[in-house]
Amino acid sequence: MQQEIVRTEPAGRLIEGGHTYESITHKIGSVVLSYKHPRAWYIVTAIAAVGVFTLITSIAWLLLRGVGIWGINQPVGWGFAIINFVWWIGIGHAGTLISAILLLLRQQWRTSINRFAEAMTIFAVMCAGMFPLLHVGRPWVAYWLLPIPNWTSAWPQFRSPLIWDVFAVTTYFTVSLLFWFTGLIPDFATLRDRAKKRIAQVIFGVLAMGWRNSAKHWHRYDAAYLLLAGLSTPLVVSVHSIVSLDFAVSLIPGWHTTIFPPYFVAGAIYSGFAMVLTLVIPIRAWYKMQDFLTMKHLDWMAKIMLATGLIVFYGYIMEMFTAFYSANQYEQYLAANRFFGPYAPYFWALLICNGLIPQVLWSPKVRQNVALLFIIALIVNVGMWLERFVIVVTSLHRDFLPSSWGMYYPTVWDWGLYLGTIGFFTFMMFLFVRFVPMISIFEMRDLLHQTDRHHPAAATTTAAATPVAHTEVTP
Amino acid sequence: MDNKQHQPLNLEEIRKRLAQARGQQYWRSLEEIAESEEFQQILEKEFPRQSSPLGAFLHRRQFLKLMGASLALAGLTSCRPLSMRKIVPQVQQPEEMIPGKPLYFASAFSIGGYARGVLVESHEGRPTKIEGNAKHPASPGPGGVVNPQAPAQLNPDGTPKHIGATDAFTQASILTLYDPDRSQSPMYQGQLSAWTDFNAALAAEMAKQAAVRGAGLRILTENVTSPTLAALIQELLKKYPQAKWHQYEPTHNDNALEGAKIAFGTPVNTIYRFDRADVILSLDGDFLYSGPASVRYAHDYATRRQVRYGTTQMNRLYVVESTPTVTGSAADHRLPLRPSQIGAFALALAKAVGLPVSAPQLPAEQQRWVDAVARDLQAHRSRCVVVVGESQPPEIHALVHAINHALGNAGQTVVYTQPVEANPVNHIESLRDLVQDMAAGKVETLIILGGNPAYNAPADMEFARLLKELTQRNGFTVHLSQYEDETSALCLWHIPESHYLETWGDSRAFDGTVSIVQPLIEPLYPSRSAIELVDNLLGRQRNSYDIVQAYWSKQLGTANFQKAWRKALHDGVIAGTALPPRPVKMRLDAVASAAQKVSAPAEGLEIVLAPDPTVWDGRFANNGWLQELPKPLSHLTWDNAAFVSPATAQKMGLQMDTGGLANIVDVVELRYRGEKLRAPVWIMPGQPDDCVTLFLGYGRTRAGKVGTGIGYNAYKVRFSDALWTASGATLVKTGERYPLASTQQHHSMHGRDLVHVGTLDEFRKDPKHLVKAAAHEEPLPTMYPEHTWEGNAWAMVIDTSLCIGCNACVTACQAENNIPIVGKEQVARGREMHWIRIDRYYEGGLDNPSTHLLPVPCMQCENAPCEPVCPVGATNHSEEGLNQMVYNRCVGTRYCSNNCPYKVRRFNFLKYNDPKEPVLQLLNNPDVTVRGRGVMEKCTYCVQRINAARIEAKKLGREIQDGEVITACQAACPTHAIIFGNMNDRQSLVAQLRQQPHRYSLLEELNTRPRTTYLAKVRNPNPELEGA
Repeated sequence: MQQEIVRTEPAGRLIEGGHTYESITHKIGSVVLSYKHPRAWYIVTAIAAVGVFTLITSIAWLLLRGVGIWGINQPVGWGFAIINFVWWIGIGHAGTLISAILLLLRQQWRTSINRFAEAMTIFAVMCAGMFPLLHVGRPWVAYWLLPIPNWTSAWPQFRSPLIWDVFAVTTYFTVSLLFWFTGLIPDFATLRDRAKKRIAQVIFGVLAMGWRNSAKHWHRYDAAYLLLAGLSTPLVVSVHSIVSLDFAVSLIPGWHTTIFPPYFVAGAIYSGFAMVLTLVIPIRAWYKMQDFLTMKHLDWMAKIMLATGLIVFYGYIMEMFTAFYSANQYEQYLAANRFFGPYAPYFWALLICNGLIPQVLWSPKVRQNVALLFIIALIVNVGMWLERFVIVVTSLHRDFLPSSWGMYYPTVWDWGLYLGTIGFFTFMMFLFVRFVPMISIFEMRDLLHQTDRHHPAAATTTAAATPVAHTEVTP
Repeated sequence: MDNKQHQPLNLEEIRKRLAQARGQQYWRSLEEIAESEEFQQILEKEFPRQSSPLGAFLHRRQFLKLMGASLALAGLTSCRPLSMRKIVPQVQQPEEMIPGKPLYFASAFSIGGYARGVLVESHEGRPTKIEGNAKHPASPGPGGVVNPQAPAQLNPDGTPKHIGATDAFTQASILTLYDPDRSQSPMYQGQLSAWTDFNAALAAEMAKQAAVRGAGLRILTENVTSPTLAALIQELLKKYPQAKWHQYEPTHNDNALEGAKIAFGTPVNTIYRFDRADVILSLDGDFLYSGPASVRYAHDYATRRQVRYGTTQMNRLYVVESTPTVTGSAADHRLPLRPSQIGAFALALAKAVGLPVSAPQLPAEQQRWVDAVARDLQAHRSRCVVVVGESQPPEIHALVHAINHALGNAGQTVVYTQPVEANPVNHIESLRDLVQDMAAGKVETLIILGGNPAYNAPADMEFARLLKELTQRNGFTVHLSQYEDETSALCLWHIPESHYLETWGDSRAFDGTVSIVQPLIEPLYPSRSAIELVDNLLGRQRNSYDIVQAYWSKQLGTANFQKAWRKALHDGVIAGTALPPRPVKMRLDAVASAAQKVSAPAEGLEIVLAPDPTVWDGRFANNGWLQELPKPLSHLTWDNAAFVSPATAQKMGLQMDTGGLANIVDVVELRYRGEKLRAPVWIMPGQPDDCVTLFLGYGRTRAGKVGTGIGYNAYKVRFSDALWTASGATLVKTGERYPLASTQQHHSMHGRDLVHVGTLDEFRKDPKHLVKAAAHEEPLPTMYPEHTWEGNAWAMVIDTSLCIGCNACVTACQAENNIPIVGKEQVARGREMHWIRIDRYYEGGLDNPSTHLLPVPCMQCENAPCEPVCPVGATNHSEEGLNQMVYNRCVGTRYCSNNCPYKVRRFNFLKYNDPKEPVLQLLNNPDVTVRGRGVMEKCTYCVQRINAARIEAKKLGREIQDGEVITACQAACPTHAIIFGNMNDRQSLVAQLRQQPHRYSLLEELNTRPRTTYLAKVRNPNPELEGA
């Protein structure tokens, strides 16, 4: 059995199609520099633009009327805004994990997906960041959460997890952005050099920040990149841990749980990889990037999903066990309410989406079936959203005093803002694909260089065709 | 396109309307006038949209008219001299007036003619809050009714010490004063008119009537207890001997008076002395909530129900009722019976206590009840009381009088006096006379003083049709009322009536005590009181002050009148005007023969018609506070529903979906005597089977912006011979569904120790037993050093044995703390704003569950879970133990509310406090911040009152004394179940109550250490009935 799995692993190449350094540069760089894009790009971007307008409308109406346009109430004081915040932050996790941790662990296969995943991180955190800002009753004073010196000497209240959130999320966003940009500099230089139009030359020239491919540049670049990777690594763990503390610090049954930090981190990676797959699979097909985003990549991402999914599922089981073992009537009621209460369908759907269906990934055949992988990734995305819905809503809607129990139903404006951010995210991702190399060109070349050393036969003819990466090129 | 309808633009009308506006209202009114719907209608009528002046041919004259109108409108915004008189700046401050410090004035608020004494808080001449006047018999304070002769004692901050309890209606009556929908101008045939025109028309009409000695003159009033008004009407009747005075009050106590006539041969007023009663049996009588003495009765009842360490005695309450009521929920034993079964029950009881009546055979369970109750009553002869509700027929009232006599209660727990009413007539018969005269064409001039008979007269009298016909055939019909309502619309003239806080008057309490109704403010709009209008009928133009003073100077004697008058105003009562007990002679034979007329229990469906617990007979329909006040037990807001029992609902397949936001309920059609009424059902645990209760007061068509068009109108099936109960109706499920907004969706405690309940016996054996499940001897462990609370440590104790769920605290809190109303849709979403709520839990079967009530304000936890989670420190702790909200600092994350295990925090999801009407801003308490959108708010223990007391105590160089700070909820509570004070003061009442063995904290296991704690609920069940 085990042998069979080993045998059916995809072939061990991370770059297929017999690429040379030149062909890699051309293949990736031309997506940005050419004006020919698949029709799908136009269709998806147009749909996403509608989403952006939905977002703008939803925000405008929200600011005019107040959060009462949403379905939140007493006792469910947090609704879609917080669910979506946690969901987006989770999606943002794959980027840093792929860029930083896998870099430190010298996982070469990360190379072809890290750029993409980092971009996803940045846009997902942008979406996430919108929600806490907008969900407060008075968004115009939301800056009070920042420790800004002011004449009233009124500081934030540092015991509140919401303050920790502010620090965690802003740090995460800043570091992710820097990391992404740093990694882009050599590629911007490549594009600057290859661009034919003046405007592109100027813009990429500015973005390249004077990169001249000197050995000194490369030396400093490597040091900076490694440092940022080291800096990002704890953030992968900290951000979602702290987000989970928003819940774990409270005393509400269903929130007051010590397992939340690791369980949230695992869930975040789970949903992050699901989102990478969701995006990579179609774009890989539309831009014909199968040579760089090989079946091997998909296979490994699927395996990570399977692993983190199991951790998440373990979390669900432990929550139930704790409720049973605590002999705490409120916890026990909560568990029963999740299984059989008014929101039970969502809970069962969550178990099926996150726990049951991903188990098919044990089968290598499924992992190599691109269409199936895409569907499973979508299902996991939905499942992780349901998980946050169940945590936020079912815990709040029936807590201690039955007299205050209530129900939560989202309104059209809840959906508007949520779908709006999905539109915004997609819009930004497709702009990214259009204007920035979606796969790191120089790292792919580097990868080719390194893999060629192990497979010299494949690259001997091409090695001399382009300058080796680490030599200086004068513009 | 039809241009021949054009009439000249009635600029006069606009001018008249403008003439009504005065004072600060002036500029704002102009905008309102220019934009108001009525004005739009006038414009539309004059310049129909279809005939656009540009598109269609425009006559030169029409063009000029249009220009003229434009100019007139332009002129509206320009100047009219506000006052031509000299004004004098306030160089010297008037005595007693200190800006920022409220003054209190005694007055009286009446429902159905009966006064409740009030002390009105006035800020710079602007009444903002109503408290009870403990010197008044209907609004006792914690120590009972204060002797009016005793000199007034004030706290250092100026609040009187004799603040008494109130009911929710009294608390909410201040909102009516500032209601922007109040009528502001006389209306003639539905058009704005001027006072001068009305005066002239009235004078002409009265001259016409004088010629025929008033043969066509009829006065229709509500129930009148006012001596001044009665004297004026008598004077009028003397001047116009052929004229007639009719009274109609939709919820009047006709049955009680008729019953007294049977029993004693004369109508008497019955006063119960629950403070002397050990055993109480109520037959369909909601004495703790309804009626003119409810606050007093609740107080008296509670005095014998305070269970403290060492208590061995408490009263016992049996309730037999046809609709779950406040009184029923407080009962130790409750038996739901259909109204007609209650008659049989009363007969059986009468027989059991030895009266010569024959009783029908009762079902075993009822018979067991009768036997047990009869034994208990007889064991407490002259210390028990049997109460009967107005909905029972006169025969049962007579029978109950006889039972009380047989038990030796007369003169002890039941006291009789002369009727309080100035002219005690049977209101239905009185209205019937009028209606017959109207039908016969004998009525030419009909003056309706208050009331709304076109809406609430019995359906068979067809009052509305007759009134309309009378007006149509040039009858002179006048309606004086605060709102231009259903009756006003059918009258020739509508005259705005002054609110009781705007005019002078007088009124009697349930025991006859007279109060002078003292105004707090000049009328907001030119208006008249009933007294002034009757004075006008007499051809005089005196103001209310002169009229009332003239009457009382005659009564009190001219010597020392000024002193007596001042004293009466100051105290709020005229001492010695309570009616003395009068001896009565029981006519047993008459009672026995009347008893034979008691009909056997009816078969089939029965209807109960009850005044709504919050909008009453409809008079409070436009009062938003009362509309949004959760009705006792059902916690329904903004609607009336038809109560059916769970078994009846099951039988008929009626559903009530409580799973969502609103309760989506089935709509039924009730068919009775050819009338059809559609009503949403409410499945009410404890409702007797085959009995549907309809609530009066809804289905208003001209109540105002708040009250129009909500609920169903139960008056449509109210007939003069079946005012309260009826049988022979059919109920049909329509298949329609309707959303109802209730503030509590879950009714069981789910096995949680929220209300601790035990019996008196258990308490006697082991007082701690009741709360054993929750109480910990030692404080729960904590990782942090214990904080010692020094100085004042504010705390509250709520006695759950005493809470009857009357909602007075909820409304009092709303009035004191500027709490907005949010409307039905927002309530259904779960966004009501009340800072204190009364949780209601059921225990036991669906058919007759026990009800447990738990008032929940903020717990002011010492370890408050809300505080550490606020990211901006907007909620924090004071040194005195208050969990404070800094509204200005609140960002609105709602994390505090999520983390509050008691869910007492309230959030401004939308801009709820947004008075479009400037007049409503006058209502706000200036000592309490008005919260804006996006801000969390919650109970503060009335911190503004604490601070007022603190300032004065500091000035005196001493600590705040116990009793100097009374929270709004505490002040209003009729049973004094809420006690507030400084728990560090060993002598304070709250500190003593915190030592009680049956005290417990809600959700103690969470270690929040609430400052608000509870005393367990102690019941006093009859062992004979318990456990069966």
